[in-house]
Amino acid sequence: MRNCREITALVSQGLDKKLALRERFAVWLHVSMCSSCRNFQKQTRFIHKISDRYTDYLKHKLEKNSHHSN
Amino acid sequence: MLLSAAMDTPNQLDEALLAEHRPMLFRYALLQLKDNELADDAVQETLLAAWQSSANFAGKAGLRTWLIGILKHKIADQWRRSAREVVTADFDQIDSDADEADEDAFFTGNGHWNGGPTTWNDPEAALKQQEFWVIYETCQNNLPPKMAKVFMLRELVGLEAEEVCRETGLSDANYWVTMHRARLRLRECLAMRWFNTEKKENYHA
Repeated sequence: MRNCREITALVSQGLDKKLALRERFAVWLHVSMCSSCRNFQKQTRFIHKISDRYTDYLKHKLEKNSHHSN
Repeated sequence: MLLSAAMDTPNQLDEALLAEHRPMLFRYALLQLKDNELADDAVQETLLAAWQSSANFAGKAGLRTWLIGILKHKIADQWRRSAREVVTADFDQIDSDADEADEDAFFTGNGHWNGGPTTWNDPEAALKQQEFWVIYETCQNNLPPKMAKVFMLRELVGLEAEEVCRETGLSDANYWVTMHRARLRLRECLAMRWFNTEKKENYHA
Protein backbone atom coordinates (compact mmCIF):
# COMPACT_ATOMS: atom_id res chain seq x y z
CA MET A 1 0.00 0.00 0.00
CA ARG A 2 1.18 3.49 -0.81
CA ASN A 3 1.11 6.10 1.90
CA CYS A 4 -0.40 9.60 1.76
CA ARG A 5 2.86 11.24 0.72
CA GLU A 6 3.13 8.92 -2.28
CA ILE A 7 -0.54 9.20 -3.17
CA THR A 8 -0.47 13.01 -3.14
CA ALA A 9 2.64 12.88 -5.37
CA LEU A 10 0.64 10.78 -7.83
CA VAL A 11 -2.34 13.12 -7.57
CA SER A 12 -0.03 16.01 -8.41
CA GLN A 13 1.49 14.11 -11.36
CA GLY A 14 -2.00 13.33 -12.58
CA LEU A 15 -2.59 17.04 -13.07
CA ASP A 16 0.40 17.27 -15.42
CA LYS A 17 0.24 14.01 -17.35
CA LYS A 18 -1.87 10.92 -17.81
CA LEU A 19 -1.12 8.38 -15.11
CA ALA A 20 -0.71 4.67 -15.81
CA LEU A 21 -3.81 2.60 -15.20
CA ARG A 22 -2.48 0.95 -12.05
CA GLU A 23 -1.43 4.35 -10.67
CA ARG A 24 -4.91 5.71 -11.24
CA PHE A 25 -6.32 2.64 -9.54
CA ALA A 26 -4.01 3.09 -6.54
CA VAL A 27 -5.12 6.73 -6.20
CA TRP A 28 -8.78 5.83 -6.52
CA LEU A 29 -8.53 3.05 -3.95
CA HIS A 30 -6.66 5.27 -1.50
CA VAL A 31 -8.88 8.35 -1.74
CA SER A 32 -11.99 6.23 -1.33
CA MET A 33 -10.76 5.51 2.20
CA CYS A 34 -8.73 8.60 3.08
CA SER A 35 -10.58 11.89 3.42
CA SER A 36 -7.39 13.99 3.74
CA CYS A 37 -6.09 12.77 0.40
CA ARG A 38 -9.56 13.11 -1.09
CA ASN A 39 -9.57 16.76 0.00
CA PHE A 40 -6.06 17.22 -1.35
CA GLN A 41 -7.15 15.83 -4.70
CA LYS A 42 -10.26 18.01 -4.89
CA GLN A 43 -8.46 21.15 -3.81
CA THR A 44 -5.40 20.79 -6.04
CA ARG A 45 -7.73 20.14 -8.98
CA PHE A 46 -9.51 23.34 -8.07
CA ILE A 47 -6.22 25.27 -7.86
CA HIS A 48 -5.17 23.80 -11.21
CA LYS A 49 -8.45 24.87 -12.77
CA ILE A 50 -8.41 28.45 -11.49
CA SER A 51 -4.74 29.37 -11.85
CA ASP A 52 -4.93 30.82 -15.33
CA ARG A 53 -7.55 33.24 -14.04
CA TYR A 54 -4.97 34.86 -11.84
CA THR A 55 -3.53 36.58 -14.92
CA ASP A 56 -6.99 38.07 -15.56
CA TYR A 57 -6.97 39.46 -12.05
CA LEU A 58 -3.43 40.78 -12.51
CA LYS A 59 -4.31 42.44 -15.81
CA HIS A 60 -7.35 44.06 -14.28
CA LYS A 61 -5.40 45.26 -11.25
CA LEU A 62 -2.66 46.77 -13.42
CA GLU A 63 -5.23 48.54 -15.58
CA LYS A 64 -6.77 50.10 -12.51
CA ASN A 65 -3.39 51.15 -11.13
CA SER A 66 -2.34 52.89 -14.32
CA HIS A 67 -5.73 54.59 -14.44
CA HIS A 68 -5.22 55.97 -10.94
CA SER A 69 -1.79 57.27 -11.67
CA ASN A 70 -2.94 59.16 -14.77
CA MET B 1 5.44 25.01 -57.76
CA LEU B 2 2.97 27.63 -58.72
CA LEU B 3 1.45 27.46 -55.27
CA SER B 4 4.69 27.87 -53.39
CA ALA B 5 5.72 30.73 -55.64
CA ALA B 6 2.46 32.50 -54.92
CA MET B 7 2.99 32.31 -51.19
CA ASP B 8 4.93 35.22 -49.87
CA THR B 9 4.25 34.29 -46.30
CA PRO B 10 6.59 31.83 -44.62
CA ASN B 11 5.73 28.28 -45.49
CA GLN B 12 6.21 26.55 -42.15
CA LEU B 13 4.30 28.89 -39.92
CA ASP B 14 1.18 30.67 -40.81
CA GLU B 15 -0.29 33.58 -38.94
CA ALA B 16 -3.14 31.58 -37.49
CA LEU B 17 -0.76 29.10 -35.94
CA LEU B 18 1.26 31.89 -34.39
CA ALA B 19 -1.82 33.70 -33.16
CA GLU B 20 -2.92 30.59 -31.26
CA HIS B 21 0.01 31.08 -28.93
CA ARG B 22 -0.66 34.72 -28.31
CA PRO B 23 -2.62 34.30 -25.03
CA MET B 24 0.08 32.07 -23.59
CA LEU B 25 2.80 34.52 -24.59
CA PHE B 26 0.84 37.39 -23.12
CA ARG B 27 0.44 35.61 -19.77
CA TYR B 28 4.16 34.92 -19.72
CA ALA B 29 5.05 38.53 -20.56
CA LEU B 30 2.53 39.95 -18.12
CA LEU B 31 3.85 37.88 -15.22
CA GLN B 32 7.37 39.09 -15.97
CA LEU B 33 6.75 42.72 -16.87
CA LYS B 34 3.73 43.44 -14.65
CA ASP B 35 2.53 45.99 -17.19
CA ASN B 36 -0.26 45.41 -19.69
CA GLU B 37 1.03 47.65 -22.46
CA LEU B 38 4.64 46.57 -22.21
CA ALA B 39 3.52 42.95 -22.20
CA ASP B 40 1.38 43.50 -25.25
CA ASP B 41 4.24 45.25 -27.08
CA ALA B 42 6.65 42.44 -26.25
CA VAL B 43 4.20 39.85 -27.57
CA GLN B 44 3.59 41.75 -30.79
CA GLU B 45 7.29 42.14 -31.39
CA THR B 46 7.74 38.45 -30.70
CA LEU B 47 5.08 37.44 -33.20
CA LEU B 48 6.54 39.78 -35.79
CA ALA B 49 10.04 38.42 -35.27
CA ALA B 50 8.75 34.85 -35.39
CA TRP B 51 6.84 35.56 -38.54
CA GLN B 52 9.84 37.16 -40.21
CA SER B 53 12.29 34.48 -39.24
CA SER B 54 10.06 31.45 -39.41
CA ALA B 55 12.43 29.96 -41.95
CA ASN B 56 14.78 29.45 -39.00
CA PHE B 57 12.23 27.42 -37.19
CA ALA B 58 12.28 23.70 -37.68
CA GLY B 59 9.64 21.40 -36.29
CA LYS B 60 6.30 22.18 -34.76
CA ALA B 61 7.01 20.26 -31.57
CA GLY B 62 9.10 23.02 -30.04
CA LEU B 63 7.12 25.96 -31.38
CA ARG B 64 6.13 27.31 -28.00
CA THR B 65 9.63 26.88 -26.65
CA TRP B 66 10.98 28.73 -29.66
CA LEU B 67 8.44 31.55 -29.25
CA ILE B 68 9.20 31.89 -25.56
CA GLY B 69 12.89 32.10 -26.43
CA ILE B 70 12.16 35.10 -28.65
CA LEU B 71 9.80 36.59 -26.09
CA LYS B 72 12.49 36.51 -23.41
CA HIS B 73 14.69 38.72 -25.57
CA LYS B 74 11.82 41.12 -26.19
CA ILE B 75 11.10 41.28 -22.47
CA ALA B 76 14.77 42.05 -21.80
CA ASP B 77 14.55 44.82 -24.41
CA GLN B 78 11.50 46.27 -22.69
CA TRP B 79 13.33 46.28 -19.40
CA ARG B 80 16.32 48.05 -20.90
CA ARG B 81 14.11 50.61 -22.62
CA SER B 82 11.97 51.39 -19.63
CA ALA B 83 15.13 51.48 -17.49
CA ARG B 84 13.20 50.01 -14.68
CA GLU B 85 14.78 48.27 -11.84
CA VAL B 86 14.11 44.69 -12.57
CA VAL B 87 13.77 41.80 -10.27
CA THR B 88 14.22 38.91 -12.59
CA ALA B 89 13.30 35.50 -11.43
CA ASP B 90 16.55 33.72 -12.05
CA PHE B 91 15.81 30.34 -13.57
CA ASP B 92 19.12 28.92 -12.49
CA GLN B 93 18.62 29.84 -8.92
CA ILE B 94 18.59 27.00 -6.46
CA ASP B 95 16.19 27.02 -3.56
CA SER B 96 17.80 26.55 -0.20
CA ASP B 97 17.84 23.24 1.61
CA ALA B 98 15.54 24.73 4.21
CA ASP B 99 12.94 25.38 1.51
CA GLU B 100 13.17 21.83 0.32
CA ALA B 101 13.20 20.20 3.70
CA ASP B 102 10.00 21.65 5.00
CA GLU B 103 7.85 19.43 2.82
CA ASP B 104 8.53 16.94 5.59
CA ALA B 105 6.38 19.01 7.89
CA PHE B 106 3.32 17.97 5.86
CA PHE B 107 3.81 14.27 6.59
CA THR B 108 4.97 12.10 9.44
CA GLY B 109 7.97 9.81 9.10
CA ASN B 110 5.89 6.99 7.70
CA GLY B 111 4.28 9.20 5.07
CA HIS B 112 0.95 9.88 6.72
CA TRP B 113 -0.57 13.34 6.96
CA ASN B 114 0.53 15.54 9.76
CA GLY B 115 -2.88 17.17 10.14
CA GLY B 116 -4.29 16.63 6.67
CA PRO B 117 -6.51 18.80 4.43
CA THR B 118 -10.06 19.42 5.61
CA THR B 119 -13.05 20.29 3.45
CA TRP B 120 -13.37 23.66 1.71
CA ASN B 121 -16.78 25.21 1.71
CA ASP B 122 -17.95 26.55 -1.67
CA PRO B 123 -14.56 27.28 -3.27
CA GLU B 124 -16.22 28.62 -6.44
CA ALA B 125 -17.62 31.56 -4.48
CA ALA B 126 -14.09 32.72 -3.66
CA LEU B 127 -13.31 33.35 -7.32
CA LYS B 128 -15.66 36.28 -7.47
CA GLN B 129 -13.95 38.03 -4.60
CA GLN B 130 -11.08 40.37 -5.27
CA GLU B 131 -9.71 39.63 -1.81
CA PHE B 132 -9.32 35.97 -2.66
CA TRP B 133 -6.96 36.79 -5.51
CA VAL B 134 -4.90 39.01 -3.23
CA ILE B 135 -4.46 36.01 -0.94
CA TYR B 136 -3.73 33.76 -3.90
CA GLU B 137 -1.02 36.18 -5.03
CA THR B 138 0.49 36.30 -1.55
CA CYS B 139 0.54 32.51 -1.31
CA GLN B 140 2.17 32.21 -4.68
CA ASN B 141 4.80 34.81 -3.78
CA ASN B 142 5.54 32.84 -0.63
CA LEU B 143 6.81 29.88 -2.64
CA PRO B 144 10.61 29.60 -2.85
CA PRO B 145 11.78 31.32 -6.08
CA LYS B 146 12.56 28.31 -8.22
CA MET B 147 9.44 26.50 -7.14
CA ALA B 148 7.40 29.61 -7.89
CA LYS B 149 8.94 29.79 -11.35
CA VAL B 150 8.09 26.18 -12.17
CA PHE B 151 4.57 26.58 -10.81
CA MET B 152 4.08 29.80 -12.76
CA LEU B 153 5.18 28.29 -16.07
CA ARG B 154 2.95 25.26 -15.62
CA GLU B 155 -0.18 26.66 -14.00
CA LEU B 156 -0.24 30.34 -14.88
CA VAL B 157 1.35 30.38 -18.32
CA GLY B 158 -0.04 26.95 -19.16
CA LEU B 159 2.98 25.12 -20.52
CA GLU B 160 3.10 21.34 -20.61
CA ALA B 161 5.39 19.56 -18.12
CA GLU B 162 8.07 18.78 -20.72
CA GLU B 163 8.06 22.39 -21.90
CA VAL B 164 8.60 23.58 -18.34
CA CYS B 165 11.54 21.17 -18.02
CA ARG B 166 13.09 22.48 -21.24
CA GLU B 167 12.55 26.04 -20.07
CA THR B 168 14.05 25.58 -16.62
CA GLY B 169 16.55 22.81 -17.21
CA LEU B 170 14.87 20.69 -14.55
CA SER B 171 15.04 16.93 -14.87
CA ASP B 172 11.82 14.99 -15.15
CA ALA B 173 12.13 13.63 -11.62
CA ASN B 174 12.89 17.05 -10.18
CA TYR B 175 9.90 18.52 -11.94
CA TRP B 176 7.46 16.09 -10.29
CA VAL B 177 8.97 16.66 -6.88
CA THR B 178 8.91 20.44 -7.30
CA MET B 179 5.29 20.55 -8.44
CA HIS B 180 4.22 18.22 -5.65
CA ARG B 181 5.83 20.54 -3.10
CA ALA B 182 4.43 23.65 -4.74
CA ARG B 183 0.90 22.23 -4.62
CA LEU B 184 1.26 21.09 -1.02
CA ARG B 185 2.40 24.57 -0.02
CA LEU B 186 -0.07 26.57 -2.05
CA ARG B 187 -2.98 24.43 -0.91
CA GLU B 188 -1.91 24.77 2.69
CA CYS B 189 -1.50 28.53 2.40
CA LEU B 190 -4.92 29.01 0.78
CA ALA B 191 -6.48 26.84 3.47
CA MET B 192 -4.86 28.79 6.29
CA ARG B 193 -5.48 32.23 4.87
CA TRP B 194 -8.82 31.77 3.20
CA PHE B 195 -10.78 28.55 3.03
CA ASN B 196 -10.33 27.20 6.53
CA THR B 197 -10.47 30.43 8.43
CA GLU B 198 -13.65 31.74 9.96
CA LYS B 199 -12.70 35.38 9.94
CA LYS B 200 -11.82 36.22 6.38
CA GLU B 201 -12.12 39.92 7.21
CA ASN B 202 -8.80 39.69 8.99
CA TYR B 203 -6.98 39.01 5.77
CA HIS B 204 -8.32 41.79 3.64
CA ALA B 205 -5.43 44.09 4.37
